[in-house]
Amino acid sequence: MPWHRKHLLTIEELKRSEIEQILATAGAFRRILDRKVKKVPALRGKTIVNLFLEPSTRTRISFEMAAKLLSADVISFDAAASSTTKGETLRDTAQNIQALHADMIVLRHAASGSPLYLSKVLGIPVVNAGDGAHEHPTQALLDVFTMREKLGDLKGRKVVILGDILFSRVARSNIHALTKLGADVTIVGPSTLVPHWFESMGVRVSHNLREALADADVVMLLRIQHERQGSSHFPSLGEYTSMFGLNYTRASWVKPGAIIMHPGPINRGVEIDSDIADSDRSVILQQVTNGIAVRMAVLYLCAGGQPEHVLTPVE
Amino acid sequence: MSSLIIKNGRVIDPASQRDKTGDLFIADGKFVKSLTAAQKKTAKVIDAKGLVVCPGLVDIHVHFREPGQTHKETILTGSQAAAAGGFTTVVCMPNTSPVVDNASTVALIKSVAANAPVHVYPTGCITVGMKGQALAPHGSLQKAGVVALTDDGLCVQSNELMHRAVEYAKMFGLSILDHCQDESMTEKAVMNEGVVSTRLGLKGWPHAAEDIIVARNIILSRYTGAHIHMQHISSAHSVELMRQAKKDGVNVTAEATPHHIAFTEEALGTYDTHFKMNPPLRTEKDRKAIIAGLRDGTLDCIGTDHAPHAPEEKDREFDYAPNGIIGLETALPVCLDILVKKSKFQLSHVIDLMTRKAADILKLPAGTLAPGAVADVCLFDPAETWLYNTYGAFSKSINSPWDKQNLTGRVKTTIVSGKVVYNNGKMV
Repeated sequence: MPWHRKHLLTIEELKRSEIEQILATAGAFRRILDRKVKKVPALRGKTIVNLFLEPSTRTRISFEMAAKLLSADVISFDAAASSTTKGETLRDTAQNIQALHADMIVLRHAASGSPLYLSKVLGIPVVNAGDGAHEHPTQALLDVFTMREKLGDLKGRKVVILGDILFSRVARSNIHALTKLGADVTIVGPSTLVPHWFESMGVRVSHNLREALADADVVMLLRIQHERQGSSHFPSLGEYTSMFGLNYTRASWVKPGAIIMHPGPINRGVEIDSDIADSDRSVILQQVTNGIAVRMAVLYLCAGGQPEHVLTPVE
Repeated sequence: MSSLIIKNGRVIDPASQRDKTGDLFIADGKFVKSLTAAQKKTAKVIDAKGLVVCPGLVDIHVHFREPGQTHKETILTGSQAAAAGGFTTVVCMPNTSPVVDNASTVALIKSVAANAPVHVYPTGCITVGMKGQALAPHGSLQKAGVVALTDDGLCVQSNELMHRAVEYAKMFGLSILDHCQDESMTEKAVMNEGVVSTRLGLKGWPHAAEDIIVARNIILSRYTGAHIHMQHISSAHSVELMRQAKKDGVNVTAEATPHHIAFTEEALGTYDTHFKMNPPLRTEKDRKAIIAGLRDGTLDCIGTDHAPHAPEEKDREFDYAPNGIIGLETALPVCLDILVKKSKFQLSHVIDLMTRKAADILKLPAGTLAPGAVADVCLFDPAETWLYNTYGAFSKSINSPWDKQNLTGRVKTTIVSGKVVYNNGKMV
C-alpha cells in the first residue's frame, strides 16, 4: 500500500496500517544508523525548516539529525530570534518560509492545533513536533517503536503512563498509538493531573500506583513540571514524589522484564529515582536513538518517499 | 407625516396575542388601529402576502465596537447588520475603547447612534474601567442615557463589590447584566472542560464556573431585591438554578444565544476559531437544557452576543484568537431552524423571545404592534432559503460559523419608527 499523507499532524488521524508503515520504514532507517556511513541521499536537494516556536533541545536536534542523515539541508529557527517576537503572525512567518522555497516545515508550537492550522495555510508538508498539550506524534512513534523492539507485538501488553497526563502531548499521542496497536493502557497520577475525561479515549484511569503497576509490561514516566508545583494541581514536588515517584520498591511491582521509559528531560529524584533511570530496565537512551530513525521515516514519507523503496534489504 | 399600510401578511404580535392574516396600519411613526380616508389616499402600501409581519426584533446584547475598535464594527455598520437581520432595537455592550464608564462616552455613542437606522441603546459599566475594583458612576451614566449596567466580557469577581453594585444600581432602577464566569476557575481556558477539550489538548472552562456565579447572583438578587440579568447562559446546571430561582420569585432573568442552541463543543474538532466564544459551546445535554429553558420561560429571551472581530484577529492559532462571533444577520433563521423546525416551538413563541420578552427585561419601548407603540416592524418570509455570505453582508466583520450556509427564513423588510430602513437586501 503506498503512503499518501503529505503532513504528519496527529496520531489520532492515522490508521493502524499507517502506523505500521512508519514503523517499518523507521526500522530500515534504524539499521542504517548502525552502519559506518550513516548518510543516505533520500532527501538530497530538499530544504527542511525546523520552526520551533517553543523551546526544545532534544526534539529539535533529533529532527536536525534525521534531516541531515537524509541529506536534506536544514534551517532551524528559534522563537527568540524570529520575527514572531515582532508581532508577525504564524501564517505570515510560515508563508515567508514557504516563499523562501522550503520544502517542508517541522513545527513545534505552544498552541494546540497550530500544525493543523498551518497545513491548511501552506502548500508544503507540515510535520508536528509537538503542539501544546495536544499531540507529539513522532515521540509516540519512537516510543512504540522502542516498545516493539523490546517486547514484540504490543497486543494485550499492559502499558502504564504515569505523571502529568493533563498537560501532556506525549501522553495523548501515546494513548492513540497504543490503543490502535492493541495495547492495554492505564494512566496514573494525582486526580488533578489525570482527570476521568481521559476514559473517553479508551484508557483506564487510576490513582492507585500499586494496583496500576501490577503486571505492567511498560512504565512510561512523564516529566513533572516544576511550575505546576504549588498551583491548584498538586501541593509540592516532595508530595508528588512520595505518592507517585518511581523508586526501587515501586519498580519491583512491575512484571519481570518490564521496561521503563521517559521522553525526557528527566527530573532525577522527582518522578524517577536515579537508580531506576540508570538501570538496565530503562530504555530512555534507546528511545532517543530510535527517535532519529522514526523522524527520518516521517520526513522521508511526508516528502513523498515510499516505504517499499527503503524496505528492500540494504546491501 | 406619511402613512403606511402593510397588507395581507400573517401578523404576529405576541404582546396582544395576535396571530392572523390581516393588515397593519402606521401613521406618523406609530401603529394605529386604522387610517383616516385622507391618510389612506396618500399611504404607501406594502404587500406582505406570504410574509410574517411581527414587531421589529430586539437584541439586548450586541457589541458595536465604537468608540475605539471601529476596524471590527461601527455603530452604523452594526445597525445596518441589525436592520438586515430584522432587528430594530439593540443594546450595546460597554467594552469599547474607552469603556463606557463615564457620561461623555455615553454622549458620544448617543450622538453617533442618533443617525443609525435602528434604535441603539448604550449600557454603562458596573465598575470603573471594567476592572472590577470600584463602582462606576451609575447615576451619571443613567443621566447620560444608559439603559443598564454591565461589565460584559468580564464578570465582577468580588462578591462584596457585586453586592454593593446591585444595591446601588437599584436606586436608579437600573438592571445589572452579568457575564457569569468565576475567573479563578477559567484562567487561560478556551473551551468547555470535558472530553473534547481533553482530546484536543485545550484548556477547559468548566460549566461549574458559570453555575457558581449564577448561584451567587441569584443569592444577591434575593438578598437585595435588585434585578440581575444573566447573560448568555451556556450550562444545564445554570438553567436548573434559574428555574428554581424563578419558582422562588427571585428578580432574575436570563438570555440564551443562537449559537448555544445551535452548536456544541463537538464543533471544535478542527480548532475552527469561528466556534470560539465565551462562554464556550458546551455539550448536547447543555444545549438541550437551554432549549428547554427557553420553552418553559426559565430563560427569558434570545440575545445574539453579536461580537465582531477582524479577519486577521480570528485567523490564527486557536489559543490566541479572540472570543465571539457575529450573529445579527443570522439569528432569526437560526432560531426558526432550531426552535420552530427542530424543537417544535410555536412561531409566535420564538418571536416573543426575540421581541417583547427581550424588551421587557430592560423596559425598552419596543416589542409590540399595539396601537400607539413605535412602529418598528420586521417582515420576513419564513420559507425562503437563501445563501448567507459574509462578504456582501452588512456587518463589517465576517466571523460567522454560518458563513456560506443555506439558511431558511429571510428578512425582507425592516421598518423603524414607520420608515422602511431595509428592503430586499438593501439599506434604504
